[in-house]
Amino acid sequence: MRYAETGFSLEVDLTRGNIERVETDPEWTQLYLGGLGTNAKILWDRVPPEVDPLSPENLLVFGTGLLCGTPATGANRTIVSTFSPQTRLMAYSMMGGFWAPELKFAGYDRVIVRGRSPGLVYLWIHNDKVEIRDAGHLHGKGALETAERIREELKEPKAQVLAIGLAGENRVFYASIEHARSSASRGGIGAVMGSKGLKAIAVRGTKDINMARPAEFFQLCQQVLDYIPKRAQDPVKGVPPILAGIGSPQEMAIHDEKWHTTGFAWGHARRRRKDFWTPERAVEWKQTQDQAVERLISCYNCPMKCGGIVTHPELPTRKYMMKCYSKLTYVMAAMVDDLDFGFRIAGKAQEYGFDGYTTPQVMAFAIELYEAGILTDADMPGFPERNDERFFYLLDKIAHREGIGDVLAEGVYWAARKIGKGAEAYDHNTTKKHEQMPIKLGMLNPIFFLMYATGEKISITQIEGQIPQAPLPKDYREEFVKDWVHLPTGKEARFKKFILEWGDEDKRFPFWPPMDLVCELVDWMETMHYIDDCTGICAGLSSFPIKPPYHIHNLPLFLSHATGIDIDEETLWTISRRVRQLVRAVNVRRGLRRKDERPPQDHWKKRFPELEAQLLDQYYAFKGWNREGIPTRKSLENLKLDFVAEDLIRRGILTGGGGTPSEATATEAAHK
Amino acid sequence: MAEKKKKTVKVIKIDADKCNGCRACEAVCSAFHATPKYSSTNPARSRIRVVCEPLKNIYLPVYAGEYTPAECSGRDKYVIDGKQYSECDFCRASCPSRDLFKEPDSGLPLKCDMCEDDPDLEEPLCVQVCLSDALVYEEREEEVEEQESPEELEIGLEELAKKYGKQKILDAVSRIYGNREN
Repeated sequence: MRYAETGFSLEVDLTRGNIERVETDPEWTQLYLGGLGTNAKILWDRVPPEVDPLSPENLLVFGTGLLCGTPATGANRTIVSTFSPQTRLMAYSMMGGFWAPELKFAGYDRVIVRGRSPGLVYLWIHNDKVEIRDAGHLHGKGALETAERIREELKEPKAQVLAIGLAGENRVFYASIEHARSSASRGGIGAVMGSKGLKAIAVRGTKDINMARPAEFFQLCQQVLDYIPKRAQDPVKGVPPILAGIGSPQEMAIHDEKWHTTGFAWGHARRRRKDFWTPERAVEWKQTQDQAVERLISCYNCPMKCGGIVTHPELPTRKYMMKCYSKLTYVMAAMVDDLDFGFRIAGKAQEYGFDGYTTPQVMAFAIELYEAGILTDADMPGFPERNDERFFYLLDKIAHREGIGDVLAEGVYWAARKIGKGAEAYDHNTTKKHEQMPIKLGMLNPIFFLMYATGEKISITQIEGQIPQAPLPKDYREEFVKDWVHLPTGKEARFKKFILEWGDEDKRFPFWPPMDLVCELVDWMETMHYIDDCTGICAGLSSFPIKPPYHIHNLPLFLSHATGIDIDEETLWTISRRVRQLVRAVNVRRGLRRKDERPPQDHWKKRFPELEAQLLDQYYAFKGWNREGIPTRKSLENLKLDFVAEDLIRRGILTGGGGTPSEATATEAAHK
Repeated sequence: MAEKKKKTVKVIKIDADKCNGCRACEAVCSAFHATPKYSSTNPARSRIRVVCEPLKNIYLPVYAGEYTPAECSGRDKYVIDGKQYSECDFCRASCPSRDLFKEPDSGLPLKCDMCEDDPDLEEPLCVQVCLSDALVYEEREEEVEEQESPEELEIGLEELAKKYGKQKILDAVSRIYGNREN
């Protein structure tokens, strides 16, 4: 018997209409755990680098974390992996909700979709019965509406459904996959699903997930549940309310939006409005939010209430579910000061199935081009005067890929190049062809520099966490580090010292802290995220907040007791590193190099090119990568990734000695 | 036959307005009732179910009650705070009309036992994991007039008396047992 996992993948070939239940190799669990790790291995093995993301040969993998479906609190993440039409690299987006546990209960650890269906279809998985069903009648339907309709026609109110909206069907490069109160949004994976002719996957499962050491495992779960309310009573001091607690940012519950509205940039990631948050605004926004949010809701088996049921009189969809900071992304990008606009447009955008981070930026970019005369009324007939109306106008055009919408549907990077006439100069906030967080700050932050530059998820919030984002108040630092049990073994003294000193005279960015410490901190944060992405535990309870319930000391126990495979801290660290290395290799094979690893030029006003180059050099070396950012043969072999090293050498990406043939040009690029 | 008796009544108070729809109660219930305990999780085996209809803002935890061999005729609709519920949404029965509260493999009925255990749990586990306080455990002492429930033997004898008359039964008993030692 397999523990914690089912031991089976569901292989679906939409071209031939073939469905197979395939037993997986138990060794993979030891090497990659599950979730992202196994997805990366599958993509490495089965999708050659020349495959076009929107072609039938691309795979779309819906993975579940190894702990999904166990009683571990918050283990509910679906990890969707494929290749992005926008970045052309591995797209790797995740969502909470209920889908992953349901799939496990149906008897599968993942669904691997390949090929392309001749007509629009959806997949219905009910334990051992799996059907490809016609979805012609769902063409153009909203993502949430699709889920409702499928549940009705199957007469299965308990089925969990993920679906794309019109944006995905039309292969918009930032189309999301929507499910319940969650979405897997980044990288345009909704477009890949659309390219396969797959509208939705509905799943209902009534089988068991087994625990290897039930009593021990359950005790761990109870410790986590005991910790959560205690932690809520003990918020981290000296940080904005949004960062003081745990969970995904509590945007549906918290009214104080000073941090986002004054700290993040408005418009097309252009300027901060430090005086935006006034007492009057606070009252007005609170009213709007209280009217809109009917109930706070959660994902499967998690007490954190990060989501909300939103109702709005003008919404055609009656209600929808929202989480995190998408209530603000449209507001701020459109420069509309009314929070009500945010709730209104996010509802529509969710039915279309749009990424709430990229979409507002693309639309703000279009408005900039219009105001600069690069786009004209000829490109945008009937373009309204007001920004809120303009956003609705653009949203419709992009979802339908109509007129200018067809160009904008490929995101800022590609659209700028298609439009030409100087539009390229307006592409100022992308990294690796993907829209970044709209943050513009003063002084270079070496920690965030490395995360922006090298993060494979290409979305910064996905690898940060554990440490505060700014120095803590001096008189609080001692108290903060006292019960900081989360630190990796051997790093305790060093990381505590960092917190105690940070912010003191001469202990400020960018030349402090020492580079080796910067590397260690970034590596720690990233490692914790990679673990979560393999276990399916929500980052909101683990890698994202400060002092979370899950950490490097209890996670190995969770995994050991769940699976029966003994995993200690060091082993877990090694697995995480292996997965990280594999994801990097997948992207390196598709052409990712040092020259691509650049945060937006205007992200910080004060930049230090030499320091940045040194940081990259040092971090690459720390990670076991050469100066081009390519994993070295030795580091791959140390992680039992010999097959990766062999392939990279065979392709001439690595030399037999493990170096890179084009090292000189890379250094040049880094210093540009 | 009736007498006053002190009795502990175990109650779970359900505040549906506080439910966040996470279904931790379902997960933990199925784990507790697995054999060996906590060895598996499967919400389909749970003795509590949360009716979730997010787009109607309906969240309703319901516990498994008695088994019923036949479905009832009730198909009424309730509208509460503008939200429409079916009568079935509130029903605790393991009933042929639906797959709820049945072992998914055998179809045998499931019933909430308040996590009966030795030693007793402080509170049923569903309540313990509900950090939203949608489920709150309450115990209260109640003085109830308890009707001694008739034993099987008595029921049988009464039926026989109805058929043959009381005297015949008495006669028969004394004839059979009157001269014996035991």
